[in-house]
Amino acid sequence: MGEQILNQLVWPIIYILCIAVPLILAVAMFVYWERKVIGWMHVRMGPNKIGPLGLLQAFADVVKLLIKEVILPSSANRFLYYLAPLLALVPAFAAWAVIPFGERMVLSNANAGVLYLLAMTSLGVYGIILAGWASNSRYALLGAMRSAAQVISYELAMGLCLVCVLVLAGSLNLTDIVHAQAGGKGFLDWFWLPLLPVFVIYFISGVAETNRAPFDVAEGESEIVAGFHVEYSGSAFAIFFLAEYANMILVSFLASVLFLGGWLSPFQGWITADVSPWVNWIWTGGFIWLFIKAFLFAFMFLWFRASFPRYRYDQIMRLGWKVFIPIAIAWVLVAGCMKYFGWVSIGTGV
Amino acid sequence: MIDPNLFQLICFYAFGVVTVGAALAVITLKNSVHAVLALVLTFFSTACIWLLAEAEFLAIALIVVYVGAVMVLFLFVVMMLDIKQEQVREGFIRYLPVGIVVALVMLVEMLALIGVRAMQAIPMGANPAAAAGMSNTAWLGTALYTQYLLPFEIAALILTVGVVAAVALTLRQRADRRHESASQQVRVNARDRVRIVKMAAEQPARTTAQPQQPGDQEAKP
Repeated sequence: MGEQILNQLVWPIIYILCIAVPLILAVAMFVYWERKVIGWMHVRMGPNKIGPLGLLQAFADVVKLLIKEVILPSSANRFLYYLAPLLALVPAFAAWAVIPFGERMVLSNANAGVLYLLAMTSLGVYGIILAGWASNSRYALLGAMRSAAQVISYELAMGLCLVCVLVLAGSLNLTDIVHAQAGGKGFLDWFWLPLLPVFVIYFISGVAETNRAPFDVAEGESEIVAGFHVEYSGSAFAIFFLAEYANMILVSFLASVLFLGGWLSPFQGWITADVSPWVNWIWTGGFIWLFIKAFLFAFMFLWFRASFPRYRYDQIMRLGWKVFIPIAIAWVLVAGCMKYFGWVSIGTGV
Repeated sequence: MIDPNLFQLICFYAFGVVTVGAALAVITLKNSVHAVLALVLTFFSTACIWLLAEAEFLAIALIVVYVGAVMVLFLFVVMMLDIKQEQVREGFIRYLPVGIVVALVMLVEMLALIGVRAMQAIPMGANPAAAAGMSNTAWLGTALYTQYLLPFEIAALILTVGVVAAVALTLRQRADRRHESASQQVRVNARDRVRIVKMAAEQPARTTAQPQQPGDQEAKP
């Protein structure tokens, strides 16, 4: 009985902590990195006062937010006002359960992993809508409306991109999807090549889903102050912040897993030498490769923010409905043909 | 340790109680936004019950489609409408008999269905997915795209017709509507927008370079 409790309760909780705690730390460092990168792109220094190279800036911000008062606006809906940040945060963290970090390095090797991810990412919008409505503020409500319409529109394009990946991989299991990208041609075996348009659409839709620049009309500072979280302060605001950045990192990991071969090495199959376990991962693959790929995508989020002006609302809708969805639907057919006629070699696993 | 079957039964009843409670809340709550959220909870706990029955695809599809998309639009509309509570309450007693009749008819129909099944003694067959050694999702996909391909395609066609009909019904063509073409905007050249005209300077250059007071020139045009 003691062993059963250990296996079914204690170890899962330890695994969950092994994902959640580094994720929170990653968010803190990502915020620092964002401010640094955007600073360099603006020819500024970025944060450099607190700690060596300003490394402790993010932690100082967290402490500041946590000791601030959480203000409840007058005639706001108290229950929903406090519930909304949690509704935004929970799906952002729950989605990490099915991300495979390496061979057998996954919390839940669910067969319907991709479906679960879709469900979790679509739940995140409730936090935003309820925050907007419960705040009893016009600006917040407008931000929530924009955000809801945007997230729903881009979820369709994102779902169609996932369908293309599923057709090629023949599985909803994320580990199997990575295995399907294994092969002897290195990075040319990954799905980004046969699904190139879909890959681009997926990442741009991911940027739109997370309400990041240039799709950040939901919190467009120049028009509606800060959008859905304009009334939030202190730790409630910090939770929204955490959810947004956790979602960004999630999208980066997902793009790597679905299109860039997850933990697979870009040199897979080129080198077969057996040097030492410390070096072999460079060509046999390991979680470090996944982190490198995810870091590149996460960097692109920041690069976009520093480079592009904000889209107008109708332009966002046009891009989603009239450009991305037709291309993605067409590519579902192309992917079907690729699979049926065997134009693409699908790895069957290691 | 608790028997797994007993635990499953407890879970089923717990989810069932939450589902029924949330469904009751949908029709009794005064605030319509709260009612929509109660409906979300109903769907969510229904999905949990389906997961218990190992119908994982249906459960997650329910969350993706209804909770993730349909209910968001519901919430959207309810927030925009700003319904007055008193008006909603007014018709309650008046429509109560109609509601009871509808509920009774539905109850009789459901009981009849259960009765038919019981009389024909159709046992619930063994889980076909487990029998085929596949996951629920994979089995459902295989069955839909092989055995039930035609009905599935027909259903898809009907849905597409529905979408086209909805768009056609709400589409209004206005003659005075002004819109912009994105491709035209992208293809525009600097030459189309700005015309640079070369012309001679209007004033001859000053020959005597006299230092003037600042602001002197603006005062005398």
